[in-house]
Amino acid sequence: MTALPSVAPAAVAAVGADMFATAVADQAVAVERVDWTPPMDGTADDLATVAADPLRRDANALAVSRMLDVQAMLVGVAPASELLGLEKGQFLHAGPPIEWARASGPLRGALMGAAAFEGLVEDPEDAEALFASGSEVSLEPCHHRSAVGPMAGVVSPSMWMFVLEDPATGRRTYCSLNEGLGKVLRYGAYGPEVLERLRWMRDVLGPLLGEAVSAAGPVDATAILGQMLQMGDEAHNRNRAGTLMLLRDIAPSLVRSSRSSEEVAEAFAFMGGNDHFFLNVAMPACKLALDAARDVPGSTMVVAMARNGTDFGIQVSGTGDQWFTGPAQLADGLFLGDYGPEDANPDIGDSAITETAGIGGFAMAAAPAIVRFVGGTVPDALATSRRMREITIGENDRWPIPVLDFAGAATGIDVTSVCRTGILPQINTGMAGRVAGVGQVGAGLVTPPASIFPAALAALAERTRERAGS
Amino acid sequence: MTHQHVEIRPGAYADSVALLQVSRDVAATPGVAAAQVAMATELNVEVLQGMGFTLPATSTNDMVVALRLDDESALPAALAAVDSALAAARKDSSGGEVTAPPRTTASALRRAGGDLALVSVPGASALVEAMDALDAGVDVMIFSDNVPVEQELAMKQIARERGLLVMGPDCGTAVVGGVGLGFANTVAPGRVGIVAASGTGCQQVLALLDAAGVGVAAALGVGGRDLSAAIGGISTRTALDRLDADPSVEHVVVVSKPPAAEVAASVEKYAADLGTPVRFALLGAGQPDLTTQTEALLGDLGVAVPEWPVWGTPAVPDGGSALRGLFVGGTLCDEAMLLAAAELGGIRSNIPLSPDLELDASLVSDGHVMIDFGDDGLTRGRAHPMIDPTLRLEHLAKVAADPATAVILMDVVLGHGAQDDPAAELAPAIAAARAVREVPVVVACVGTSTDPQGLARQAEALAAAGAEVHLSNAAATRRAISLVNGAAR
Repeated sequence: MTALPSVAPAAVAAVGADMFATAVADQAVAVERVDWTPPMDGTADDLATVAADPLRRDANALAVSRMLDVQAMLVGVAPASELLGLEKGQFLHAGPPIEWARASGPLRGALMGAAAFEGLVEDPEDAEALFASGSEVSLEPCHHRSAVGPMAGVVSPSMWMFVLEDPATGRRTYCSLNEGLGKVLRYGAYGPEVLERLRWMRDVLGPLLGEAVSAAGPVDATAILGQMLQMGDEAHNRNRAGTLMLLRDIAPSLVRSSRSSEEVAEAFAFMGGNDHFFLNVAMPACKLALDAARDVPGSTMVVAMARNGTDFGIQVSGTGDQWFTGPAQLADGLFLGDYGPEDANPDIGDSAITETAGIGGFAMAAAPAIVRFVGGTVPDALATSRRMREITIGENDRWPIPVLDFAGAATGIDVTSVCRTGILPQINTGMAGRVAGVGQVGAGLVTPPASIFPAALAALAERTRERAGS
Repeated sequence: MTHQHVEIRPGAYADSVALLQVSRDVAATPGVAAAQVAMATELNVEVLQGMGFTLPATSTNDMVVALRLDDESALPAALAAVDSALAAARKDSSGGEVTAPPRTTASALRRAGGDLALVSVPGASALVEAMDALDAGVDVMIFSDNVPVEQELAMKQIARERGLLVMGPDCGTAVVGGVGLGFANTVAPGRVGIVAASGTGCQQVLALLDAAGVGVAAALGVGGRDLSAAIGGISTRTALDRLDADPSVEHVVVVSKPPAAEVAASVEKYAADLGTPVRFALLGAGQPDLTTQTEALLGDLGVAVPEWPVWGTPAVPDGGSALRGLFVGGTLCDEAMLLAAAELGGIRSNIPLSPDLELDASLVSDGHVMIDFGDDGLTRGRAHPMIDPTLRLEHLAKVAADPATAVILMDVVLGHGAQDDPAAELAPAIAAARAVREVPVVVACVGTSTDPQGLARQAEALAAAGAEVHLSNAAATRRAISLVNGAAR
């Protein structure tokens, strides 16, 4: 009500029994009715506990504002050994922690290829025994080293990586260079052509990009992301405009580099022919922003969604580094060539960091060219982007979506909103072959397993109760 | 035998996702073993070769249509399928906006703004929706019952810190700026402000003020437990602050079921410091009833106390010795029990004045009985009796048939949210009961002249069925007590 109780309310939001809403509407007051459904099973008590947490509202506002304050600048390209201190035998992978015994086909394939690339084995097939033994090798999530990895997300010491930095704080995030589509390491392929390309990326592309980015100066990835959304990309399954904008920014420095014009031309052809090249800049840019929202006590905001091909995991601002995991789902989508659903591995990759930040599947409305992944029609895509606002804390004004009247992308997934509405985050994804070595088999849509949100909520409620008790 | 068909379509273009869909549709055509329609990018050429197709030289801007057919005769149908799938990929499907309604109170407030939220979801989920309103900086009215008391306390504490008002739970009555919320009567604007920890108690005061020609600026329901020890009058204080700050409010009255004594004392002390005079109409043993307190308020306002309306022929005793009260309003039931207990002794009830008078689940007992059909225990899984009268009508027939019944006392509450025409069902039920035996039926009909149901029309219909109808619940109760005493003589 307005501050004076003798003045009628201008508009009323009504949730629950429709007769009360109707009675108000009958008295000529505007009423917005809520389409309420019971929360996910068994969450009512935890929802009430967390909703009444005196920290929650301000914690979420702080988490979102910290995230939105981040400017992600591409400041360098260098080997993982230098940037992350990765040593021979140490491998990073996508998703929550996992051991070799439970690793999926594409993750195994990518690890085997990476082992051969690092010279630990001659033939990738020989790496199976090496990883099975567990001696002299170690696996660790990319996320634990401020990095993100697309699909299998395998990073080894000799791979070159993009470095994104927030100038205000100096914090950094990292991601490997995009290898293109088809038979590539991140989809679990490890044939000779895969290793050949990785070597070229190590020996030519990486150093060339490192030189060019240093010379060109920091490239504003956050700003490019905003422009991409105006140009038909959603920055997960479509990065065409972003790739070209990155090229535009560094092209003069590439041309002026110390490398031969032949090598520069090869690099141009590779990046220009690979519409996903910018994805590997978009991902760490999103992680850089989301990391700023981490560790705010009481915040229910999701700061990472990631999959390792076996488990889907989320991390939440108010619960620190704890992973909440459930079985990764099979994507619903379209297949390359003869491949079908039986060939696909469950969902894999850290790329859902884009959805966590509010783009990708959340910004489907910005990318009409790929809307067929969301049930086929442009109105469906608009509905998807709108529906995601039901589970997010805020909107990102730097990422406006033209067709939604330039409303900002839905940003900051709220665990409580997911549990209340049952609406799961929409993720656009590629599909890797189930069998190690196959590579990409399709692309489509997937959601997290529903169970991980009530699990995260329970942990938030537990912390709330502990705070209240202390 | 299988037949391979590969054709290049230079200059044709569709995006890769559209083409994956086209390929899938064509592959589903009878006679087609495999189909791939794709732009001839390096990746797609590799995929096509992997599928066993032999390709001529292409450029990346060519579209390739590659079909493997069970038989060459399937070709025309397959090509037709390609064309129709490509056409479908281009079709205008922008058939209207897809806008779904909001799914949470937070979302509704974000979309539409608003300065008040109404919550009537099941009690276990009420706090979550209410917190959305408090987070958005707006007041909230909670109709939900069965809200845990510790949750009520938590949200009221947060609201108080933020200067916001939580109305309810368990008191579904408010009037804000002339707009009735929940169960509320239509009243003229005026100079009285009401704070109510009792829904039907508030409605009784509204009805009497209306009959006296006095308007109401606002009635703020604060929840039936607000003046309990557990809640401590948090919302009552905020409501008092709001009414005190409103220049159109000259007098405030606080209405409550029996409160916790220490809470009542502390709130009275709080009210004494306000600029606006506050009168307390708090039910309790030895305390004045609501009608008496309303009369005192009229005195404060300098308005003459009218004769409270009565409809129908005076009821006469017809044997029996027990008073049987059947209520929809909890506070009206409380008020009637307090008045009757002083005269008649112990009244058994589902909301007894003392625990030893608790009725069992049958709701039947030999002596004086008063039942609140609106109590949480009787509304689990069914609508409030002000909406669904079934349970009370069943009991009316039962107590009327009981020769021990001396008088039946009932309430009828009008206003927004209540049944459209309660007399339509109650009047015939009273007539039927009195056809068996002329048991006196006394009714308190609580409503205003401008209520949607029409006070006079309802009261007259009940009177025509043989009931004696009062506007004042206290007057009706006193009349029923006198009839019991008369029958006993």
